[in-house]
Amino acid sequence: MNSTRELLPLGRKAVELKPSGIRKFFDIVAEMDDVISLGVGEPDFDTPWAVRDEGMYTLEKGKTFYTSNSGLKELREEISRFQMKRLGVRYDPVSECLVTVGGSEAIDLAFRALINPGDEILIPEPSYVSYTPCAILADAVPVPIPLKAENEFRLTAGELEEHITDKTKILVLPFPNNPTGAVMTREDLEPIAKLCVEHNLYVVSDEIYSELTYTGQDHASIVQLPHMQERTVLINGFSKAYAMTGWRLGYCCGPERILRLMVKIHQYAIMCAPTNSQYAAITALRDCYPEVEKMREAYNQRRRFLMHAFRQMDLPCFEPFGAFYVFPCIQEFGMTSEEFATRLLEEEKVAVVPGNAFGESGEGFIRISYAYSLDALKEAVERLEHFVKRLRARGAS
Amino acid sequence: MREQILTLLERNSRLTPDEIAVLLGCGRDVVAEEIRRMEEEHIICGYNTLINWDHAGTEKVTALIEVRVAPQRGQGFDKIAERIYNYPEVQSVYLISGGYDLLVILEGKTLREVSGFVTNKLSTLESVLSTATHFILKKYKDDGIIFDQVKSDQRQQITP
Repeated sequence: MNSTRELLPLGRKAVELKPSGIRKFFDIVAEMDDVISLGVGEPDFDTPWAVRDEGMYTLEKGKTFYTSNSGLKELREEISRFQMKRLGVRYDPVSECLVTVGGSEAIDLAFRALINPGDEILIPEPSYVSYTPCAILADAVPVPIPLKAENEFRLTAGELEEHITDKTKILVLPFPNNPTGAVMTREDLEPIAKLCVEHNLYVVSDEIYSELTYTGQDHASIVQLPHMQERTVLINGFSKAYAMTGWRLGYCCGPERILRLMVKIHQYAIMCAPTNSQYAAITALRDCYPEVEKMREAYNQRRRFLMHAFRQMDLPCFEPFGAFYVFPCIQEFGMTSEEFATRLLEEEKVAVVPGNAFGESGEGFIRISYAYSLDALKEAVERLEHFVKRLRARGAS
Repeated sequence: MREQILTLLERNSRLTPDEIAVLLGCGRDVVAEEIRRMEEEHIICGYNTLINWDHAGTEKVTALIEVRVAPQRGQGFDKIAERIYNYPEVQSVYLISGGYDLLVILEGKTLREVSGFVTNKLSTLESVLSTATHFILKKYKDDGIIFDQVKSDQRQQITP
């Protein structure tokens, strides 16, 4: 029997949430053949074999039960050891490490654990697409900080200070950055840390790309600076460094008083991260760093290849030293990022992501991923060059 | 620098000095000069192509032969190794620790050709004490390359 009564309205926050700018583009690309996509935000490498082997082994051994809410103790110990080795910062594996379903879950948990309705979260943009929706869902007010190409998309103390109000609660630090590839050095972070202490802000530092930097120096984290560990939730994971995106495994480290709350939410919403992935991740941390180094070197070569190609075709692009993205400027062509990306797709069958998908300040740029083989990049660059030349020829005539 | 160049060339010997220079972020002339010197120093000994002959439809028989030899005074294994590796049908000769001394990899057109070499030439060498011949039935992986692996990109085409 059909009910004639109208169903009750759906949740307003979810209804009003903007769909991801990437989604629209995804649908267009899915309809086309022979597209070379440079639009992927995940490694092209296979997960190291030792990790996959361990995953299979634990399945064979029937290790398929829930783990403790925070994750396998052995894994948390490896995470703690890893952070000590990489950053020289100590996190207690029992009370200060939490294994999550990807880094994304940790973003959501951190916001929900820290926010009271109306608190403001500062989000440097362009950046990963989840921060703003997660902030809204946590009843926070997302406040974008538009970053500038002239600063190589790094956050400056001046920009930060301009956006701090008496409601500001959290600063998100998304470096190395998706989509710009920007990194923050220790010197860049120092004045930021000073302001955070001065204004008593929490920091959510999303360091998922920490192992993919090409400056020749180790990745710098804000938790290495004085008084920052007590106010920072550090987020990392296995997806990017170990090419383990589909395993859905991330983690966060932070002070016990915050982590305790995050574990509580995680316990009710998720229970625990996938057991199989957790065992595999122990192997990743214990045995697979040499593989990470090999992948880093390959990314670096592709990065140099792209930068060289852009110089050849005179396409302005600051040199990014992190993640696996370059973020060239397309303002000279007098169209929006979306127009540019759509026409590049239609005319040359190359898919890139319009910069504005990562925040308004990404307008005028496109994100190109180099998580592709050199051969694919060569072909894509040739097509891009055709396109750029054609646009310039039309512009001149 | 040398190691980086070698690592690239080991995987793809067709890379030009220009291409290598871009990938490593250094000058073309520096790369070309390093390669020339490494050729001179016999660090780079050749530029071969890795071929899956099974797919080429060419009949080939490859055998691994374990050889036990009596080392000769003053010359150890080198002299006998030389007598073996000078045969053109011998692909590789390694001195091995363990149950036997030399591992010889031999390539021939037919089974008969390979067994003929073992019985007529190899076994009859004075210092050869014994041989054990293993024919290769299938090559799965050679020089770090998996032969029958077809790679396709299974990722979603656009992801954040």
